[in-house]
Amino acid sequence: MSDRIAARFTALKEEGRAGLVTFITAGDPDLATSAAILAALPAAGADIIELGVPFTDPMADGPAIQEANLRALAAGISLRKILGLVRDFRATDDATPIVLMGYFNPIHAYGVDAFVADARAAGVDGLIVVDVPPEEDIEIGVPARAAGLHFVRLATPTTDEKRMPAVVNAASGFLYYVSVAGITGGATGEATAVGAAVERLKAAGNLPVVVGFGIKTPEQAAATARLADGVVVGSAIVSLIGEAARTGATDIPARVAAMVSGLAAGVRSARSSEVAA
Amino acid sequence: MLNSYRAGPDERGHFGAFGGRYVAETLMPLILDLEAAYRAARQDPAFQGEFEGLLRHFVGRPSALYYAERLTEHLGGARIYFKREDLNHTGAHKINNCIGQILLARRMGKTRIIAETGAGQHGVATATVAARFGLPCVIYMGARDIERQAPNVFRMKLLGAEVRPVTSGSQTLKDAMNEALRDWVTNVHDTFYIIGTAAGPHPYPELVRDFQSVIGREAREQILAAEGRLPDSLVAAVGGGSNAIGLFHPFLDDPSVQMFGVEAAGHGLDTEQHAASLAGGTPGVLHGNKTYLLQDADGQISEAHSISAGLDYPGIGPEHAWLHSVGRVSYVPATDQEAVSAFQLCTRVEGIIPALECAHALAYIIRTAPALSRDHLCLMNLSGRGDKDIGTIADLLGVKL
Repeated sequence: MSDRIAARFTALKEEGRAGLVTFITAGDPDLATSAAILAALPAAGADIIELGVPFTDPMADGPAIQEANLRALAAGISLRKILGLVRDFRATDDATPIVLMGYFNPIHAYGVDAFVADARAAGVDGLIVVDVPPEEDIEIGVPARAAGLHFVRLATPTTDEKRMPAVVNAASGFLYYVSVAGITGGATGEATAVGAAVERLKAAGNLPVVVGFGIKTPEQAAATARLADGVVVGSAIVSLIGEAARTGATDIPARVAAMVSGLAAGVRSARSSEVAA
Repeated sequence: MLNSYRAGPDERGHFGAFGGRYVAETLMPLILDLEAAYRAARQDPAFQGEFEGLLRHFVGRPSALYYAERLTEHLGGARIYFKREDLNHTGAHKINNCIGQILLARRMGKTRIIAETGAGQHGVATATVAARFGLPCVIYMGARDIERQAPNVFRMKLLGAEVRPVTSGSQTLKDAMNEALRDWVTNVHDTFYIIGTAAGPHPYPELVRDFQSVIGREAREQILAAEGRLPDSLVAAVGGGSNAIGLFHPFLDDPSVQMFGVEAAGHGLDTEQHAASLAGGTPGVLHGNKTYLLQDADGQISEAHSISAGLDYPGIGPEHAWLHSVGRVSYVPATDQEAVSAFQLCTRVEGIIPALECAHALAYIIRTAPALSRDHLCLMNLSGRGDKDIGTIADLLGVKL
């Protein structure tokens, strides 16, 4: 099988830089705009795309992504339509990895076996299911991997040595380090601690490590890019979409692209300046 | 083959296909610590001694088992007993669990308490134990529930708790639980989350059940003393289900005892305005456990409706989901209207103002007791007092307080 995630991290390594991982909520503010945003992300500098699957009760998310979920649901998004979005995206981009990120219940309602098969067929590369820890891996991790999808695990500041084996065992694609104990869109982690955590994860998991939570500006993105294989930006982009939708803007994809270009420049500057130094 | 209904959950927190631990990774180490702390506490006579001492001297247990003589005469069938959890300190069964959990919090060295509340009973009970042990306390409560339950909100504030209104989603219990989980994941290092019902990630359903089982253990002794035999039926209202599982659990292996969990049918099961997750829901995952949920075909959670804020939740504890699936307990509905009639009848005939939650259990008894024989012993959990609900009833009757 083609492994877009592995190929992308290999290419990033060759370029000597970290990747920019952008998160948007699928169907936000509506399906057509969301498709246009998605299509604009790779050219703007997104190396990997996380596509949020809306849920009525996003318990691990802060206000920005909660509101995005409700906007998308109000506009009629569903898991089936999200797979359609991915299929359409794949018609013009067969290289940029797409990871679906969300909560388990919509997948459970869709039917796990049907979902992993349909997701793989649509061109999804991996899953992050926030509320399924390794203890419940049989529910979705096992069937996802069997269907050829990566199952990306989260590690957090509460992941101690005792917990590490559970987190890295059967993780695939990459590891996502949540740099603070908290919800999305809040504070970001302190650099020394994040750097140390990334090193521990890389040693334990032998996988690329991306870092997220609270990263909003090109400067923050650059700082994190010096520490990890990838930098995740979510709430900042989602807030921009929310604000633009509220004011009735018609150029939302262009605004998102402009923000992502800035973040990408930050990420790309980080490793080259390190090389220069 | 199943040889006991009381053996669950398994070591991974599953009751059959239900339960489990569906939480963000940040919380997993703490959930595992909590389980270890609970296992140790259960074996520790000092912990048990402190728990029982507080139940006796602070809560006022044992609560009475009361023969509802006039209601029995009025209905003309089964002999009806009330387990009087309304007589507990703070006026409901919720305090039993809060005492147990705050002792666990202290044992784990946690210094800050959070909780969610629907009707405000669990919020009041949590604020009460936090005051008793001198710990700061934040209560999350849906903005809509804050309106419906103003006296309880004031009580919590008097007890020194901070009540944070939750304005997301349906602004009721499920949203308060989301917000409490968000607080917990952010403050996991020092914070203990006192969950109010027998739901959430393992080990909460188990430990809440164990702390509430004092209800059923006492009731069993008391009915044996009063009647010389076990009851023929147990009846309790079910929202999340902690008062019901507390009553039922010690009787689960007594095959002669029938059990009825009464779900809130709101405006009726044929409408979308109800909170009956077993009768009208399907299995899914929410708030840390797999259980029956009110949801649409896409797995999006529906808003529950009940006149009783304490039953206004789109899920149910996982052990109830399992007891439903194996058929040991029958789950039956009662509507808003039936509950209000039952509330009024109990108040007039017995001189007891019941909480609207347990008025649903009473509504089922009113419907079924007349057809039962006069030697049928029916034991109902009168899980809380109804003073908190008089505003709702006054509105309904068009009375301005």
